[in-house]
Amino acid sequence: MSVKAITEEDIKTLETLAAKYPERRSALLPMLHYVQSIQGMVSPAGIQVCAKVLDLTPAEVAAVATFYTMYKRFPMGKHHIGVCVNTLCALLGGDDLWKELTDTLGIGHDETTADGLFTLERIECQAACTVAPVMTVNWEFMDSMNPTLLRDLIDKLKIGAPVQSTRGVQITSISDSQRVLAGINDGKYQESPLADDSMLAGLRVAKERKMSAPAGKGAK
Amino acid sequence: MALTPILTAHWDDPKSFEIESYKKHGGYVALKNSLKLTPDEVIGIVKDSGLRGRGGAGFPTGMKWSFVPQNDGKPHYLVVNADESEPGACKDIPLMLANPHALVEGIAIASYAIRANHAFIYIRGEVPHVIRRVMNAVEQAYAEGLLGKNIQGSGFNLEVVVHAGAGAYICGEETALLDSLEGRRGQPRLKPPFPAVAGLYASPTVVNNAETLASVPSIILNGADWFKSMGTEKSPGFKLFAVSGHVNRPGIFEAALGTTMSELLDYAGGMRKGSKLKFWIPGGSSVPMLTPDHIDIPMTYEDLAAAGTMLGTGTPMMFDHTTSVVKAVTRWLEFYKHESCGKCTPCREGTYWITGVLEKFEHGKGKEEELEVINDVCGQIAGRSFCALGDAAATPFPGAMKYFADEFREATRTSADASFPPSATTIFDKAGV
Repeated sequence: MSVKAITEEDIKTLETLAAKYPERRSALLPMLHYVQSIQGMVSPAGIQVCAKVLDLTPAEVAAVATFYTMYKRFPMGKHHIGVCVNTLCALLGGDDLWKELTDTLGIGHDETTADGLFTLERIECQAACTVAPVMTVNWEFMDSMNPTLLRDLIDKLKIGAPVQSTRGVQITSISDSQRVLAGINDGKYQESPLADDSMLAGLRVAKERKMSAPAGKGAK
Repeated sequence: MALTPILTAHWDDPKSFEIESYKKHGGYVALKNSLKLTPDEVIGIVKDSGLRGRGGAGFPTGMKWSFVPQNDGKPHYLVVNADESEPGACKDIPLMLANPHALVEGIAIASYAIRANHAFIYIRGEVPHVIRRVMNAVEQAYAEGLLGKNIQGSGFNLEVVVHAGAGAYICGEETALLDSLEGRRGQPRLKPPFPAVAGLYASPTVVNNAETLASVPSIILNGADWFKSMGTEKSPGFKLFAVSGHVNRPGIFEAALGTTMSELLDYAGGMRKGSKLKFWIPGGSSVPMLTPDHIDIPMTYEDLAAAGTMLGTGTPMMFDHTTSVVKAVTRWLEFYKHESCGKCTPCREGTYWITGVLEKFEHGKGKEEELEVINDVCGQIAGRSFCALGDAAATPFPGAMKYFADEFREATRTSADASFPPSATTIFDKAGV
């Protein structure tokens, strides 16, 4: 798979990211997210560019890029798919989802399908335990998954049919998600569905049973 | 104790994340009130309230703020720890999704109190949906003059940067987070010096959990006594409890500290049909597990400590009788092995060896004497690493042995999957799949 080159325009964006911080090096993680949004990976060329913008050695940048799990040293497919296999999700069904997914696509952890569509990863706790078992597509949550929903998800992504994340946006590509992580606001904050049953569970019980916080002197 | 919706009170408003909705419910009044007080007066109110850190350690927030040296001529920084990654913890992520302005307002108040003109929100990288909401909330607050230069004509300036991590549990540890925010590998620093003296860019820095800061506006608005009218003397106030696992209605329950697990379990609709609670973990995999005998203990820092565990993140995971303790513990250790940053030898090597031995037990091939080996290695990790990740890794196994030693002994003969068929543990509707 060919990796897209980093352009002069991209370098200007990297400069803007560096300028957001009192000390420019603080922008390294966002810059690596940006490089990965362009290239689908953090390539040696991407490391060189970040080093040049921040006046670091490539070794210093590589040391950081290789520390964090989200940066990949191989080109990812169009969609990154994660299955939480930490204890709670795994036991509630994540292990089954992982098996189903790897059987269906014929690839394993950190591998990409031959058509370049999917890269799979066994991921750790996503802070979504109340909606376990959870999966992610391009880091957008797919809550309360089961094998039927999984098959439907993969079928839709294969033909490019619309897929809505249960907490995030309509699925596009890993590149688009990664730009947000670089700190570039795509303005899609309203695309997330409304608070779900798990988020409203306590509020609903409180209303049903007429429980409330003590009245305060401040504005309500 | 009862449910006390405060941070969650308006999550059913379809626009709860927008500034108009937040202001409609009294949002940003606390910031305006704070700017009329001196920074020390603001610290005083938070100190009086007894608010304790909601990230797991429970350190008194006002006291932490007061440790920042004054008139030292150095820039001060506020850093928000929104790197929620502890297995079982899932309260900051929904909070920032549904009510990001409570966090932004809390940041502005805290920054004013500690005399910081720059704040950073470090959010774990795997949650673009939350990062969008927080970025938008920050932009809306800037547009209304609630952040930026000369806020509300007070002369106070504050810049806020939203920053994404890149997949490293260790960055939830405050000094590792600071290294990461400086563009380095997220590895912990030796303390002292503490961040209050030498934190970000070696300047005085306060690192607070997202829920902690989001709780501040309500305290300023309603007063320390109002806050203390909830909870207990040592654990005042309210908290977001997130109940997950084999329960009928997993979710977020905002309640006074001191609410018991049995009350929370009732709010969560009880255990799923035909199921009995086997063990539960009050606040993330890094705190020791408890059994059904403990569900009437008040969920406070002090009562859970007395029971040999911790409140931690206050996010109980509930497991029923179909669950293999051996498998659960093994999976948690695989997590700590994966997330150990590698800096300290006991943690890096110890998590590797414990996991290897536990995996033998999971497959029914452990040897009785190896239980002692695992225990020894846990003892070699705990207290011998820079940060709490090592201590955390040394927690699940001894915690499980305290109540389920027989199950580990059975795992010298029978695999976890044979003793506890995985299909019974899953929550899939069998007919539908």
